[in-house]
Amino acid sequence: MPDQNAVPDRAILLDIFRRTTLINRSDERFRALLTQGKLAIVYYPVRGQEVLSAAMMAALRPDDYLITTYRGVGDQLAKGIPSKLLWAEFTGRATGTCKGKGGPMHITHPETGVMVTTGVVGSGLPIANGLAIASQNKGDGRVTVVSFGDGASNIGAFHEAMNMAQLWKLPVIFLCQNNKFGEHTAFADHTSVPSIVDRAAGYGMKGVKTDGNDPVAMYNTAKAAVDRARAGDGPTLIEAMTFRMLGHLFGADFSYVPKEMTAAGIADDPVPAFRRQLLEMQVAEAELAAIEAEVEAEIDEAVTFAMESPFPEVSELRLDVVAQEIAA
Amino acid sequence: MNAPAQTAPAKINFVQGLHMALDEAMAADENVIALGEDIGDEQGGGVFKITKGLSTKYGRHRIRATPISEQAIIGAAVGAAIAGLRPVAEIMLMNFVTVAMDQIVNHAAKLRFMSGGQTNVPLVIRTTTGAGVGFGGQHSDMLEAWFAHVPGLKVVMASNPADAKGLLLSAIEDDDPVILIENILAYGQQGEAPPPGYRVPLGKAAIARAGTDVTVIAYGRAVNDALAVAEAMAGEGVSVEVVDLRTIAPFDEATVLASVEKTGRAVVVHEAVRAYGTGAEIASRIHEELFDTLKAPVGRIGSTYSPVPFSPPLEKAWIYSQAQISAAIRATIDFKRRA
Repeated sequence: MPDQNAVPDRAILLDIFRRTTLINRSDERFRALLTQGKLAIVYYPVRGQEVLSAAMMAALRPDDYLITTYRGVGDQLAKGIPSKLLWAEFTGRATGTCKGKGGPMHITHPETGVMVTTGVVGSGLPIANGLAIASQNKGDGRVTVVSFGDGASNIGAFHEAMNMAQLWKLPVIFLCQNNKFGEHTAFADHTSVPSIVDRAAGYGMKGVKTDGNDPVAMYNTAKAAVDRARAGDGPTLIEAMTFRMLGHLFGADFSYVPKEMTAAGIADDPVPAFRRQLLEMQVAEAELAAIEAEVEAEIDEAVTFAMESPFPEVSELRLDVVAQEIAA
Repeated sequence: MNAPAQTAPAKINFVQGLHMALDEAMAADENVIALGEDIGDEQGGGVFKITKGLSTKYGRHRIRATPISEQAIIGAAVGAAIAGLRPVAEIMLMNFVTVAMDQIVNHAAKLRFMSGGQTNVPLVIRTTTGAGVGFGGQHSDMLEAWFAHVPGLKVVMASNPADAKGLLLSAIEDDDPVILIENILAYGQQGEAPPPGYRVPLGKAAIARAGTDVTVIAYGRAVNDALAVAEAMAGEGVSVEVVDLRTIAPFDEATVLASVEKTGRAVVVHEAVRAYGTGAEIASRIHEELFDTLKAPVGRIGSTYSPVPFSPPLEKAWIYSQAQISAAIRATIDFKRRA
C-alpha cells in the first residue's frame, strides 16, 4: 500500500488548495447572500468538508464520473463545474447547468463528469454501479466516485450496491464523508459499528479510513483507490472523517451538537490549517493570496451572471419530460 | 432462436417473442445489456426462460445475472443508461418493483427533466405479474397505474406474442424509460410470428376488431377477453369494436376518441383493480372530449378492490370476467337518459 504520508507534488497541493478555496468561498458567499435576504433557497452548507472534496476530485481525471448528494456543492465545484453555471442553477436561472429545472439538489453537468446529484439519501450508490458497468463494458478507463454521508450507510441501497460492486469488481469508489451527523442525529446514535469502513469487510471490499481534513492523507487515499479501480482491481470504500461545522440546512437548529464538539471542530478547521501547512512548506503568501483573489473574482462574476440571467420560460415545463415535447 | 426468416415458425408464444426482441436488439447494438435475477444460462436462462441462451451468446458482461437486489438492479440500469448503454432490467415479479420505486420514480423518470435534458435514461424494465396462478397477494398485482401517473415513464403491455416482440424492440430503442408488463398466464399463448425487425410503435393503439355499436378499450390479456366477448355478442347482433391500447401511458387518445366518436359508446377493461385505475383516466378523457356525442356513460371494468386472494374460488371471483364485460356493453346499449 502506498505511503499515506508521502507528500504529493507542489502543483497537486496547490490545485487542491485552489479547489478548497473555491468551495470555502462559494459556501461562504451562499450563506452571506441568504443572510442578506438576496437569495431564498434551501441550502446545505459544506463548511468544514472543503478539503475532503477538493482532494478527492483532484485525484480524478476530468472525464471520470461523479455522483453526489444534496450536500454536494463542494464535490461539484471541485469536480470542475464552472462557477457561473453552478450559481445560475442554484438560483433557478435558464443559464444554469440544468436550465434551472434541477436546482441545488439535482445538479448535473456531464461535461465535467457530474452525472447525478440526488436528493434521496443513499440512492446514488446503485446508480454509480451502473456508470461503472458502462465503463467496464466499454473499456473506457473511467472511474466513478459516489459521494455520500455517514447517514447513507444505514439505508438498504448502500448494502445492495456494495455487494454488487464487489461481486462484479466495478471501477467505483464509495466515498463516505463522515461528518459525524446524519441530519440531527449523532453518528454513534445512528450506526451500529464504530466505523463505517468496518462494513467493507462484510462485502469482501477494500475499505480505507482516512482523515478527510488532511489534504495529504485524503489525496493519497483517493489516488490509491482511483488507481486500483482504473486497473480493474475493483471498488474501494473510503471513510473520510470530517466535521459538518454548521447545521443540516442553512439556518437550521444546531443546538444538538455538543459545545465541546463544535469548539474542537472549529479548532481543527481544515481550511486555515491547509493554508498554514502550505506556508510552512515555503509556498509564498503572495501565491496563496493570488489564488484566493482569483477565486473571489470568479465567484463575483458567477453571482453577477446568475442574478442577471433570466428565469426559464414556462414552456420549459413541456420539454425534457421525455425526448419529445409533451402536450400543453 | 436466431434462425433465418425462411425457417422461422409460423406461430410463436410470448416467451419466444420476447426472446426474439432481446436477441435482435443485442445483436444489433452492443450497448444493449440485460440485468436481472437468474437470467444467465448458469441459472437456467431465467425463471420463464426468456433469456435462455443469451448469456452464452453475448457473455456475462452483457447478460448480468444479479443478486436479489431490486434497488441495485434498477439503480445500475439507470446509471448504465445515462452513460450510454441501453439496459433491459428484469424485475422478476411486478410486486417486487415496490423495492425499487425510489430508483424508478425519483431517478429513472426524472433525470432527463432535472438535468435540463443533459442526461436521459433509455431503460426498459421488463416485469411480469397476473392473477389466476395462485400466487396470492404479493406476486399477482397489476400496478400499471402507479407508473402511468409518473411523468417521464412510459408503460406498455402486449396482448399477443408479435406485439410483445415489437413493443419490446421499440422500448429498447426508445430514449426514455419504458416499463413493459408481461402476464405470467400469457407466456404460453400462441400467435402469428412477426417478420424479422417487426416493431410496434410506442403510443399507438391498434384496432383489434372493427365494430360499430360499442368500443371496448383494453390492454394485455383483457384484449383477448374483449375479443371473445365481441365474437359472442356478434351473434346477438351487437357490433363491438376492440381497441388494443398496447401503450398504456401515454395512451393513444386519437385512436380511442376516433373510435368512440364513431360508436358513441365505450367500456374500458383492465385486470388491475377498478378503483383509481387507468380506466378512470381513459373514461374521463372520453367524457371530456365526447360528452355531446356519447350515447351512454363510459363503463369501467376492473378487478375487485381487495388484495389478490389465494383460495381458487376467491381468486376467480376477484378477477374481472367476460360476463362483466358483456354486461357493461349491454348497459351502454340499454342506457336511457332520465327524462
